[in-house]
Amino acid sequence: MSAREEILAAVRGALAGADRADTPVPRAYRDAPPPADVVGLFVERAADYRAHVVRCAEADVPAAVASALGGLTRVLVPPGFPYPLPIPVDAGESTAELDRVDAVVTTAALAIATTGTLVLDHTDGQGRRALTLLPDTHLCLVRTDRVVPDVPAAIAALDPRRPQTWISGPSATSDIELNRVEGVHGPRNLHILVVG
Amino acid sequence: MSGTFLGMPPFPTAARAALADSQLRHNLAHATGTIRGKRAGVVAEVDDWEQLRLAGAAIKDNALRSLDETLLRLEESLQDNGVTVHWARDAAEACSIVASIARGHGVDEVVKVKSMATQEIGLNEALAEHGIAAWETDLAELIVQLGDDLPSHILVPAIHRNRAEIRELFRDKMGSVGMPAPEGLSDEPAELAAAARRHLREKFLRAKVAVSGANFAVADSGTLVVVESEGNGRMCLTLPEVLISVVGIEKVVPTWSDLDVFFQLLPRSSTGERMNPYTSTWSGVTPGDGPQEMHVVLLDNGRTRVLADEVGRQALRCIRCSACLNVCPVYERTGGHAYGSVYPGPIGAILNPLMKGVGEDAQTDSLPYASTLCGACFEVCPVRIDIPEVLVHLRSRVVDAHRSGPPSAEALAMRTAGWLFGDARRLAAAEGASRLASRLGRRVLPGGRRALGWLPWPGSLWTGARDLPAPPRRSFRNWWKDRR
Ligand code: SF4
Repeated sequence: MSAREEILAAVRGALAGADRADTPVPRAYRDAPPPADVVGLFVERAADYRAHVVRCAEADVPAAVASALGGLTRVLVPPGFPYPLPIPVDAGESTAELDRVDAVVTTAALAIATTGTLVLDHTDGQGRRALTLLPDTHLCLVRTDRVVPDVPAAIAALDPRRPQTWISGPSATSDIELNRVEGVHGPRNLHILVVG
Repeated sequence: MSGTFLGMPPFPTAARAALADSQLRHNLAHATGTIRGKRAGVVAEVDDWEQLRLAGAAIKDNALRSLDETLLRLEESLQDNGVTVHWARDAAEACSIVASIARGHGVDEVVKVKSMATQEIGLNEALAEHGIAAWETDLAELIVQLGDDLPSHILVPAIHRNRAEIRELFRDKMGSVGMPAPEGLSDEPAELAAAARRHLREKFLRAKVAVSGANFAVADSGTLVVVESEGNGRMCLTLPEVLISVVGIEKVVPTWSDLDVFFQLLPRSSTGERMNPYTSTWSGVTPGDGPQEMHVVLLDNGRTRVLADEVGRQALRCIRCSACLNVCPVYERTGGHAYGSVYPGPIGAILNPLMKGVGEDAQTDSLPYASTLCGACFEVCPVRIDIPEVLVHLRSRVVDAHRSGPPSAEALAMRTAGWLFGDARRLAAAEGASRLASRLGRRVLPGGRRALGWLPWPGSLWTGARDLPAPPRRSFRNWWKDRR
């Protein structure tokens, strides 16, 4: 018997005589009332993780991006990035080249208020996964109408067929005496621009 | 069957050594106390936490109750997404599948995301035999690997090491396996983390093959999920050309939308955060983005044995959050090594005997007793595993397994007690003896209770690991006689 057949047979043997009927899953948590100020809560919670969060109007995006990037010079945006900025577009740089990039500016699929999380599904404007991983600074733009209240709302809105990266603050570790240290392998600086 | 650290003594023996290490106890008390506080804070923020726990338990139960069908759906979805699916009955089979894929690509190294399943099967050692180096990329795992040490906590495997020890390790060992630690490295956590970043980045950029586990595998969409903090997971899941994921068959959940429960339960229970820094999900190969060849190894290695145990099968709901370790009064004092397995603490005390079976070796059989049955683990478990219930059930199975052999000290003591209590004169004589004993080796416990010191054998079998309350100067029967 193949391993597959043997494991499936063992599963069936283990469950012989067991009641196979599903237990109903309580789902009332999905109807929790949304927080009063969804965008405000997102800003507060994202800042809790020591992300740098700034709100700005649509028209002020270029200035806000320039100020967040400070003096960083080697910067990329992904293909399909919706704002006209004087920043070169990622043309499929090798990982070694990406490793020498200082910062990347992208959009997000959505943001989650209660947890202060950004979700990228790596469609247009968000770039392939390596693009937001290797540079040390990630500046992410999210429009206020893309902020959802909580995790259930996010899961319902996202397409599982897309690869996703959920980001809550900069890369961190607590492995040394449980001291939180920002920045191990992912970007050490996370800037969020909440637009609108 | 691997999974027990080689040559581990039974729990009470290993615990004694751990208890004598005051540095270890200090590190543990600090660490578990900190995580407990953080967890309590973020759990209190959620209004319907109990409902989420019920939902989490029900979803896992439903997946397990039809595990054959759920697995077949997962297999089909994965294959539709361009993933090659392998099945492994045991550790050796899983390791040889991974080794042969890696060898097929002609590599002599792989990068690894922290994964309990690959530790359980001893993958690193198996790959080493094939001349393939497996680099652990999680900071704590790196510390454990450089120290040629064993992990002692599910989430913070190097919880037993302090910053000075870590600096020594980095200075002495990093250079022999890659980029050395910088000159003048201090023991500041931020500097140590930066040294790890430099050391590992070189490996991430050149690795062709990565090995991961998965926190969840979604049957209907063929999605795998890795929950992490540092970004080493993202590196391994994104940069290499080939990705091999070793996934225990109990990791499967029926639908994508079920994740809305677990993405709330897991981070709050494990690191005590509203959300962990990074979660990656992927459904097979994405053209032009990430690894273009993917394998999933579905691992049994004792899990179907757990499933066959009607009381014990709830242990398969475990999402490895480690909350039960952090609240356990036994774990807090002994640390993880005493459990002799990659699964320490309360969950380890049930999972190891369930996966390996009882009555085979003394180490495994000692684990269901490594508990005070206080119930704290059940209370914090995000998927409501009634660990005390399973512990009691396993104790009875351990006793049953030893019925035919010579009686244990405990069985002898119980029989003797039965004989004493069965006759008034015998009991009176015993009470006289216990008054005498109460004058021997008495000491005072914290709180002012009196206890006997160590008794000579066979009493030492009991007092070796426990305090025996000192018998009162007068027995109740004696006092009653005088009053009449
Ligand atoms: S048994 Fe429960 S509390 Fe313990 S690690 Fe598993 S899920 Fe977490």
